[in-house]
Amino acid sequence: MGWNRKILRVDLTHGTCKAEPLNMEWAQEYLGQRGLATKYLVEEVNPKADPLSPENKLIMATGPLTGTMASTGGRYSVITKSPLTGAVACSNSGGYFGAELKFAGWDMIIFEGKSPKPVYLSIENDKAELKDASHLWGKTVWDTEEIIKKSHQDPQIRVSSIGRAGENGVLYACIVNDLHRAAGRSGVGTVMGSKNLKAVAIRGTKGVSGIKDFKAFMTATTAAKKVLADNAVTGQALPTYGTQVLMNVINEIGASPTRNSRDVQFEGARKISAEAMHEPRASDGKPNLIGNQACFGCTIACGRTSKMDKTHFSVVNSPKYWGATGGLEYESAWALGNNTGVDDLEALTFAQIICNEDGMDPISLGGTISAAMELFEEGVLTEEMIGLKAPFGSAEGLIELCKMTAEGRGFGKELALGSRRLCDKYGRPEFSMTVKSQEYPAYDPRGIQGMGLTYATSNRGGCHLRSYTVASEVLGIPVKTDPLVTEGKPGLVKAFQDATAAFDSAGICIFTSFAWTLADVAPQVDAACEGDWSVERLAEIGERIWNMERMFNNAAGFTAKDDDLPKRLKTEPAKTGPAKGLVSGIDKMKPEYYDLRGWDQSGVPSKETLDRLGL
Amino acid sequence: MKIVFKLFATLQDFLPAEARRTSAVTIELAEDTKIINVIESYGIARAMCHLVLVDGFYIPPAQWDSRVLRDGETLAIWPPVAGG
Repeated sequence: MGWNRKILRVDLTHGTCKAEPLNMEWAQEYLGQRGLATKYLVEEVNPKADPLSPENKLIMATGPLTGTMASTGGRYSVITKSPLTGAVACSNSGGYFGAELKFAGWDMIIFEGKSPKPVYLSIENDKAELKDASHLWGKTVWDTEEIIKKSHQDPQIRVSSIGRAGENGVLYACIVNDLHRAAGRSGVGTVMGSKNLKAVAIRGTKGVSGIKDFKAFMTATTAAKKVLADNAVTGQALPTYGTQVLMNVINEIGASPTRNSRDVQFEGARKISAEAMHEPRASDGKPNLIGNQACFGCTIACGRTSKMDKTHFSVVNSPKYWGATGGLEYESAWALGNNTGVDDLEALTFAQIICNEDGMDPISLGGTISAAMELFEEGVLTEEMIGLKAPFGSAEGLIELCKMTAEGRGFGKELALGSRRLCDKYGRPEFSMTVKSQEYPAYDPRGIQGMGLTYATSNRGGCHLRSYTVASEVLGIPVKTDPLVTEGKPGLVKAFQDATAAFDSAGICIFTSFAWTLADVAPQVDAACEGDWSVERLAEIGERIWNMERMFNNAAGFTAKDDDLPKRLKTEPAKTGPAKGLVSGIDKMKPEYYDLRGWDQSGVPSKETLDRLGL
Repeated sequence: MKIVFKLFATLQDFLPAEARRTSAVTIELAEDTKIINVIESYGIARAMCHLVLVDGFYIPPAQWDSRVLRDGETLAIWPPVAGG
């Protein structure tokens, strides 16, 4: 059946944990994880609710393939209303936590209310209880996990927690599991902190049972794994180079937002790329990268493991950072590097360590620091106001600002608000590179036009993971399209958005989509879950989810005006590279996109569209 | 004429050792040299090449045999890669 058919509802206000059956009618309409949990959210949370009030809820949800032998079947998502954007938030994480939740017999956990004091949720199979977390408050993610494992005398417990950023109200705080994996975007960790919920610790020993047709499931998952293994990207490139292999690609095509999107190419890109991570350092003759790692059930293994240079200024006096740790991912390297003009690989590795250790989204953090650096260069912010010099390119400045934000210290309290609020406060809103108040990631819409529409229409604000048209526009997956033109992009974005919503609801990683289509996913879901699951049905579920999220955002007060890009991308042409002279053609693409979606030009789904999708 | 030739990811191994830290080498070419001529002269199998750019612009495989390189251009090549 795929699902455990059981939800854990945790009332933090009253300190109770209660089991309830999963709504199987909804499971047939929304599948699981992102889709199904968002359905619960829209049914239970007022779209106008203050995201940091007890009225908001926080849902941790698995998909039907989570915990199974499907490749990458270790995913879980956190769904809530975002304090950064005010829109629906859904952040997806790998590691081992999601599978453990499934093994304990649950499909999802719904947290409601607010605890009067810091607590953590302890789950051991059917037994769930809230425990005092006073001793954990003020601790980092890494210390929290270690203390919980020691106190339970069980090293196999899986922990998901917030660090000091989530406690300190950093509006883009993450929830980190397994030390280095994170539900990263939109401030889901901030909501967790606002509820005085420090961590969730799970031990599950039941495994996953009830697969609908086990023989068919074995056949389907084995065939799908072969597709991943035989594919040059998922079988070779991602395990060897990780996501960071994109650093030089995106820079060469002239679509790498640099120095807060003033430029589209970064002269230091090669020095902080995947290729550089493999090379012996001048200082100690050892490479930054020591190996790759996989999340639960993953046959790709794109994760990086690195060891820092002990002599680097950022860690020379901190031996605790000299061991193996999570290595740089492309988005982190770009946000903290190209975007701030810092080309110091070790400094960027350490900045990402701070993000992992204290639970911050590196994309929004990097975007906010780069905005602050531009404000500094323009003389709006001064050394006195920030507490240090913060020009573009300052590795020392970058590291100190990361620490100040995590610890809620000095100017870090202002960086904690994200770039939109920061730039508004200092009267220069045009320096905020955000959509719906969320910093956009590592692809410049002037050089990859489809990504402009992706960002503008993303239901969770500036984000690449809602429709990764880079796959087609740059990498030729599944077919090559021209990144410099707007023609055909509305249809491409819609197709990616709908398919991605289905992938995100199944319990698998979106990176499988470099090799898989829904035709590879459908047989796996069909063998695991009750009902008939075709490609067409999964695509329809994806479209239903997209429209459901849109309706929540519309009810929260968003309009077509919010489906837009920062002025810089529309008025300041790219200075170099293939996109030289181009701005984003977002205004050309949006009307056609609304038409294809079956929405009016105000961005509101028509009655026919809603009826067709059963909404 | 001279061009800058860049190889990335696993293709870097085809560059001279001293060029690998930058992924790039400046090379002298005869007039009318085509993309495929450079690829073959470095012993790279055509099937290993996936993303081919000249000055950042995508060159489809069908044009590798006919696209003539010009003085000052940058030719960059990757095997199949992806990230995100």
